Amino acid sequence: MTSGPPPEPAGAGRSARVLPASELVASARELLGRGQRLALVACHDDGDSLRAVYLFLGSRPERRDELHVLLDPARPEVPTTAGLCFPGGRFEREMHDLFGVVPVGHPLPRRLVRHSSWPAGWYPMRRGAGDPPPFAARSDPYPFLEVEGTGVYEIPVGPIHAGIIEPGHFRFSVVGETILKLKARLWFLHRGMERCFEGRRVADGVVLAERISGDTSAAHGLAYARAVEDALGWDVGPDVRRLRALVLELERITNHVADLGALANDAGLSVVNGHALALRERMLRMAERVTGHRLWRGAIHPGGVRLASLPDPRELAEVARGADEVARNALGNTTVRDRFEGTAVLRADDASALGCLGVVARASGIRVDARADHPACDLAVDPVVRDGGDVLARFLVRRDEVAASVGLVAVLSSEAGARLSLAHPAPREARPTSSGIGIVEGSRGTIVHRVEIDGELLARVKVVDPSWFNWPALPVALADTIVPDFPLANKSFGLSYAGNDL
Amino acid sequence: MTLSGAAGAVVQVAAVAAGSPMLVGWMRQVRARLEGRAGAGALQPYRELRKLAGKQDVTPEGTTAVFSLAPALVAGVMLVCAAVVPTVTVASPLDSIADLFVVVGLLLVATVALVLAALDTGTPFGGIGASRETTIAALVEPAILVAVYSLSIRASSSNLAAIVRATERRPGDVLTPAGALAFAALVVVIVAETGRLPVDNPATHLELTMVHEAMVLEYSGSRLAILEWAAAMRLAVLVGLLANLYLPAGVAGPRSGPVGIVLGVLAIAAKVAVLAGALAAAEVFVAKLRLFRVPELLAGSYLLGLLAVTAAYFLGPRRA
Repeated sequence: MTSGPPPEPAGAGRSARVLPASELVASARELLGRGQRLALVACHDDGDSLRAVYLFLGSRPERRDELHVLLDPARPEVPTTAGLCFPGGRFEREMHDLFGVVPVGHPLPRRLVRHSSWPAGWYPMRRGAGDPPPFAARSDPYPFLEVEGTGVYEIPVGPIHAGIIEPGHFRFSVVGETILKLKARLWFLHRGMERCFEGRRVADGVVLAERISGDTSAAHGLAYARAVEDALGWDVGPDVRRLRALVLELERITNHVADLGALANDAGLSVVNGHALALRERMLRMAERVTGHRLWRGAIHPGGVRLASLPDPRELAEVARGADEVARNALGNTTVRDRFEGTAVLRADDASALGCLGVVARASGIRVDARADHPACDLAVDPVVRDGGDVLARFLVRRDEVAASVGLVAVLSSEAGARLSLAHPAPREARPTSSGIGIVEGSRGTIVHRVEIDGELLARVKVVDPSWFNWPALPVALADTIVPDFPLANKSFGLSYAGNDL
Repeated sequence: MTLSGAAGAVVQVAAVAAGSPMLVGWMRQVRARLEGRAGAGALQPYRELRKLAGKQDVTPEGTTAVFSLAPALVAGVMLVCAAVVPTVTVASPLDSIADLFVVVGLLLVATVALVLAALDTGTPFGGIGASRETTIAALVEPAILVAVYSLSIRASSSNLAAIVRATERRPGDVLTPAGALAFAALVVVIVAETGRLPVDNPATHLELTMVHEAMVLEYSGSRLAILEWAAAMRLAVLVGLLANLYLPAGVAGPRSGPVGIVLGVLAIAAKVAVLAGALAAAEVFVAKLRLFRVPELLAGSYLLGLLAVTAAYFLGPRRA
């Protein structure tokens, strides 16, 4: 589209306002003051102008408010919102690295997504950015804050690790065994996902969405599908929504069971992990029977859902019993309990200031769950909340969520109709350009996708994984934790690198 | 010194050197089966050693002879330990130095060599591993000394062969409160000394939690193979010593013929297999302690040793 007003809001309950840049901070403050959270900031290159979209979500009553700011492409600048909320400052750094939008007055305007060997002044999300120019052989230094003092030393770890895990670099400043400061450097997995969506047909986007973060395929696929349906005014009806919720809960069980075992394994109790891995394998085989894919892929698509069968309730009950046994065996071991208790405490005020979501937030006493806050179907979900904020609390939240999800799956499957593959035709009169958002509670937390569609093609897809909000909380929780407890703390957060790096 | 003793000593070193990787493989296999896994088989460590021996050695930049020589020194010390610790025979020609304090000292030499090599790499992991290993070693060595000392009171000698012989003459003597306390203390220190759960986790891939593995992180190829082999020998020697201190049956003496020596090998192999199997089985149910709890465990072991000494004086059987 050309410069002018942004697309009309298409989704239910969503407002959008175009503002001059000078009014952004005041409006954002007002929305945040109402208890809404900054869920997403997406920059758009509309050809002859740049546009920044700020999405604020609120719950009880549910609210979705967008602020659009048009920017001068020659000198794109936004006033910083870093002083209002922490995620705002990080979204602005991302926007700077990918679009070259300068956050004016940002307290720490360092690069975030852009690695040091990226050529300066090349903004890959701008139109006409083209293929990446040759990367610099010698990279600029990446300044880590140096902690000084007697006996203080640094431990660099990664991005290549001894186990088969995703890449991330961690820089510990340590005295003795106590962590004084941790800096996590990510974005080694930046694949340009958002760029890959551009120009795809709407129906083809879901395949990509399912590959944003491998173990939350269904949740990302669903967020994408909901965003597209929101944009096109595509009503899919309650049956589709309930079958989708079923897949989502099954994926949650799969991931949580694996996490319970992995936590015990990091405390050295591998026998419990073996049991948990066997349970996970049963869930993966169930996935193959239910969706035709071991990672719950291919079931959810814009306009409908396609299941091969319903999960076997007996098998699910066995998995639930097994998960309970895993948790009991892990916590029954006094050494494991000692390792979990009081380790890496994330206080509730820190968690809410950083904008944490999902399991991490709920384990710190914050009641945030998109299934309750932004319900997509008439399913009563009572979020599991603990207030310990330590590894144990995060373990227990997962344990209880497995049980709760098994209950939800039982309800959803018993009420499911005979038809498991349902597809609604797309609405006839689609607007030439339209936008939509999809909100889904994945196993890690709230996923938000925002799409803009031009005709039949995707103009822009902005993806925010909960890991993006939760990564900054890890160093905060680790202050005064000892080095050998880091893997346990990291595992209890269970964050996605791929979902964060995109 | 007898010819039989000399032959026994040679066989003893050969048995420890050749058999120790199988001991490691056996413990892993026991664990795997108990955890419901198939396991790689007891011979897997040999395959790993062969693989490592065929690989290129990488020497990190800036390291000195300390780094290059440490593996040979550690392995050499372990071979000497294998020769002096009475596993197959109590009549080794090195009997005169088969002293409790010498063996503990030798183990410490190997530990110090490895710690210095880890520091020589200049990497943080080497430093972390070295620092943790030193902390543990400082607590383990006195505990091991005190525990074995309590057993030496009966034999009126700190010579290990003499202690084993004394037990061989009167096997019932170890079934005292002192013996039991010392046994508990020894098990704990052997677990710590060989870097097993709950002190260290040899199976972990988490660099930040490692102790022994962090120290050898920079080694590769044949040097790593030597270090792995030496670690296996350390385990074999310590488990073998524990077995013979409490159940010396079958150990070869100064006048044993070839048959006696073969029987000695078979006896120690069986005892070590049972004891190590029990240790591996117990490990299944044990999680790794928080690092700062390890000193508490080792202090407890030292205390048990001290109680064993006290009990040996006050409650021990009357010596003739």
